[in-house]
Amino acid sequence: MSHRLSTGGRLIDRSRSLEFTFNGKSMSGYEGDTLSAAMLGAGQVLAGRSFKYHRPRGVVASGAEEPNALVGLGEGQRYEPNQRTTTTELFSGLKATSQNHWPSLEFDVGAINSKLSRFLPAGFYYKMLIHPRAFWKHVYEPIVRHSAGLGRAPDAETRDADRYEHFYAFCDVLVAGGGVAGLTAARAAARAGKRVIVMEQTAHFGGRAPVDGEVIDGMPASEWVDGVLAELHGLENVTVLERTMVAGVHDHGYILGYQRVADHQPGADKPRHRLWRVRVGQLITATGAIERPLSFAGNDLPGVMLASAVRDYVVNWAVAPGKRVVVVTNNDDAYRTALALHQAGVTVTAVIDARFEATGDLPAQARAVGIRVAEGMAIRQVLGSKRVSAVALCRFDSDGGAVAETLECDAIAMSGGWSPVVHLWSHCGGKLTWDDARAFFRPDPARPPLGHDGQGFVAAVGSANGMMDIVEVLSDAHQTAQGTGEAPQAEPVPEAEMLPVWMMPKQASYELRAKMWLDPQNDVKVSDVQLAAQEGYASVEHTKRYTTLGMATDQGKLSNINGLAILSDALGQAIPQTGTTTFRPPYTPISLGVIAGEAAGPVFQPLRRTPMHAWHEAQGVYWEPVGLWRRPYCYPQGEESHADAVIREINQTRTSVGLLDASTLGKLLIKGPDAGKLVDMLYTNMMSNLKVGKCRYGLMCNENGFLSDDGVVARLSEDSFLCHTTSGGADRIHAWIEDWLQCEWWDWQAHVVNLTEQFAQIAVVGPNARKVLEKMGSDMDLSREGLAFMEWRDGKIADIRARVFRISFSGELSYEVAVPASQGQAFWDAALKAGAEFGIAPYGTEALHVMRAEKGFIMIGDETDGTVIPQDLNLNWAISKKKDDFLGKRGMERVHMVSPDRWKLVGIETLDGSVIEDGSLAPLPGVNENGQRRTQGRITSSYYSPTLGKGIAMALVHNGPERMGEEIAFQGKDGATIMARIVDPVFYDKAGEKQNV
Amino acid sequence: MSEAVSALPHAQYSGLVDLAEAGLTGMITLRGDLASPVLAEAVRAATGASVPEVRRIEAGESGQAAWMSPDELLLIVPYEGAAGVVEALETALAGEFATAAEVSDARAFFRITGPQARDVLAKVCPVDFSDFAVGELRRTRAAQVAAAVWREEGDVWSLVCFRSVAQYVWDLLATVSKPGGEVGFYR
Repeated sequence: MSHRLSTGGRLIDRSRSLEFTFNGKSMSGYEGDTLSAAMLGAGQVLAGRSFKYHRPRGVVASGAEEPNALVGLGEGQRYEPNQRTTTTELFSGLKATSQNHWPSLEFDVGAINSKLSRFLPAGFYYKMLIHPRAFWKHVYEPIVRHSAGLGRAPDAETRDADRYEHFYAFCDVLVAGGGVAGLTAARAAARAGKRVIVMEQTAHFGGRAPVDGEVIDGMPASEWVDGVLAELHGLENVTVLERTMVAGVHDHGYILGYQRVADHQPGADKPRHRLWRVRVGQLITATGAIERPLSFAGNDLPGVMLASAVRDYVVNWAVAPGKRVVVVTNNDDAYRTALALHQAGVTVTAVIDARFEATGDLPAQARAVGIRVAEGMAIRQVLGSKRVSAVALCRFDSDGGAVAETLECDAIAMSGGWSPVVHLWSHCGGKLTWDDARAFFRPDPARPPLGHDGQGFVAAVGSANGMMDIVEVLSDAHQTAQGTGEAPQAEPVPEAEMLPVWMMPKQASYELRAKMWLDPQNDVKVSDVQLAAQEGYASVEHTKRYTTLGMATDQGKLSNINGLAILSDALGQAIPQTGTTTFRPPYTPISLGVIAGEAAGPVFQPLRRTPMHAWHEAQGVYWEPVGLWRRPYCYPQGEESHADAVIREINQTRTSVGLLDASTLGKLLIKGPDAGKLVDMLYTNMMSNLKVGKCRYGLMCNENGFLSDDGVVARLSEDSFLCHTTSGGADRIHAWIEDWLQCEWWDWQAHVVNLTEQFAQIAVVGPNARKVLEKMGSDMDLSREGLAFMEWRDGKIADIRARVFRISFSGELSYEVAVPASQGQAFWDAALKAGAEFGIAPYGTEALHVMRAEKGFIMIGDETDGTVIPQDLNLNWAISKKKDDFLGKRGMERVHMVSPDRWKLVGIETLDGSVIEDGSLAPLPGVNENGQRRTQGRITSSYYSPTLGKGIAMALVHNGPERMGEEIAFQGKDGATIMARIVDPVFYDKAGEKQNV
Repeated sequence: MSEAVSALPHAQYSGLVDLAEAGLTGMITLRGDLASPVLAEAVRAATGASVPEVRRIEAGESGQAAWMSPDELLLIVPYEGAAGVVEALETALAGEFATAAEVSDARAFFRITGPQARDVLAKVCPVDFSDFAVGELRRTRAAQVAAAVWREEGDVWSLVCFRSVAQYVWDLLATVSKPGGEVGFYR
């Protein structure tokens, strides 16, 4: 039984006890505990169940590498699944629930899978869930879906209660890892005056050294660590961050750091997590090493833990994993665990050492305190159901057929040697080399990740670099960080050679191998990897996916090396030949919240507001998103429906006067000696001959001739034009023009300045429009002759500087007035006041759309979709035949573009006057070469026209303009056939008399 | 003349820093050859400032001149006089390849004040604020929108963005200035 020791625990404060619950059961721990330490201290070994077989799982590790102890943390708006108890700091009121069990953790129905494990081999899904086909949808998929995933997702209606943020930083040297290697490197770099950031993923510095009782510069490691930290904190050029994990290493020295600012203080008024986005000159990875498990039968039972983790629990938190512990190892380091347990008063039943003889200093110390050392032995099998009760031993060099001895115990501390944490080195392309003597992959200094200059920008130091002795670790870190003077000194502790052990006993039978877990979270066993090899999976990447080895939330931090050693053995090749799977960021999962950063709630996305936005809102407007803008769609009054509001707004405008906020229209100033030349290239029609004071409608195409944007151009002066773009197109067209000016026509003397937001633009539209403006008071002649259709003037209206364009997108008498944005609301108010006697009312984008459709005006994005050329829309009149060139000219001459078979714009009227659905297709009999129904046309816009009292539509139809009056069938909703007639697309005032009054 | 209204009149917030909308400010985009003596003279006449070096803003007795790009300056002058300054620039630059346009109303202008200003700005702007002297300027982004940021004096910083996103930038700065979000990176 795991339990709290009566003394010790370097990280806990026994005076501060913290209450928490696990599966609703109240428990208590101490401040400084991790959740796993507190649970073990409270005697709770069972933490969850595995993914495939639902086998009982207990904690294995003490840090980020933990595969098993995953819980759902918190509740409601602060619930989060799959949280590792080993990296969760205990706080008062913590609520944890176990995962992957039904109906309860203690009794789980899914565990029946375990009994069926011989029928659920590697690749089971691939093999079994294919036939019969029909079973997939109705049988297999629901089952897989039900059992998929680990923790449950947060409830759909909950919203994350916490805030998050990003932080951009820059430094010369970023040190990943605050162990003694990292601190040594950081201090060396800091003393050289470099800008240094140190990121330590836990809340404590020093790494393993204080736990292992190292002595540095003549003092205990923890004291040395405190001294270095004090020095670093005192330096202006150093930032020291605890609870901050380097999550990813990316191109050009871009590092992501994941700071858990307030996980340990839930509800605190702080950002919960902060994402550090850092550009570094050099990254020094001092990420240490991770101990490897050993593969023996029953090694997945709760109570089987890493030897180093056992040591951590004993020394850091005064928690013993059991009363009687067996240590099993292939190296000297695990004897430190035996000694630590012994020193803490826990019975060490025996150290099972696979090596023929254990002769090093540490085994000698263990023997000296009376610990039994069994040499050349192996664990044949762990006995117990929900947790360890005993181990059966056999000779290591055997097939496990003969049980030599059975030892009662309630915990096992295993050590298969160490693997440097090479993840960060590898994220951006650093290569590894196999160290035969120590049986691990370590960074190959000759092949580091390369930066923009072709030089390596990552250096690994200490254990992360394969240094396993404290003396080596410190000098490596000191030298790599170009420290001056002596490296920190330490007492060497000589260790005898380890014996690579990938399976115990060495020639284990199939029966044993089928019980040896490699990946305890995903339930991948030695036999599964061997089966994959037998079935021809030679690539480690394929084997990974086939068996799911290392694909769980821990990404195989414990299992990968053991797995690929088994695979190599099965394939009869050396481990380096098999290679590793790819190490990808993040090192451990980071929260979705921190990726979004501050972009939540009102600042999720920028919302662009016109100067009259607040006024619209106060009217109860119904908004339409247009790009990032919000534009009024309509202004419903009282209980009025949107459709009725649109009808009312159109009728008001057509019969008297309406007001439109057109501020979102793009307004690009093009100016310079070559301005005329530039606009002639940008537009398909001739613009350079436009007279000052006049306006002209123009089309812009891309190089392929496809229609891209349209709008009215006003010539402001000899050398300047004001180009109006669509609301959504302003930034895109601005960038497009800059692109041409900067990259292709860099010697042309023309500037483009985006003035979109300088002006509020207000359209005063309708037969009474002129009266309203005149009543507002103006120093301009706004009469029919004084300001003719398609002219503009500068002057004042309502005492506000105004530029008036007499242009019309509705077919009515219409003035678009541009005023400084800061006076937009003032102008709007003045227009409402002056127009009151005419019943003036604002209208929205839908009324605008209907009115333009009644006039047969096209809309970019409705009649165009990136495949439409101006000729398709019968806009040949707007394509200059005189100009030598313009953007799109050559594209329009391609064979397909001049084909007589292109669909062309027509008007459509349903025979029954109903409104046809936008996007409806006109089907033809038969299918095309792709087996799709043939079609001859498509509705591009469709509205109810209150002016005409019926549905009107525009469509692109094969040979449309030649088929006027012809009846054509469209396919409506639910496949119903709707009969319609092809008509002229100008439904209203074809002669244009209304706008020219 | 009707009173002109800035995007977020009198907006103020105090958290890790003091935030305030700076009110209506005259701004003029000036594009042209920044090495031209004629342009330099026009800038001096408009603002009293010299043509700024790359990523700098220069102050004169009647305004400021900010570097925007290799062929663009932003002139900052009193709001009421901006239209007149544009006219004066056009006269002075007649015959030069140069464009002056008033953008006073196209912008929102914020002031960020306090010792933690750099820590707050670094939450939204990917800029290295160490060794960032008074008079330095960056065209950058504030989270998802374009912005220009410069150091006016000591702990006083200015940020301009487009007027339409004034509320977004305000909410953004207020969010990342909330107490509890101290970083302590820039000291």
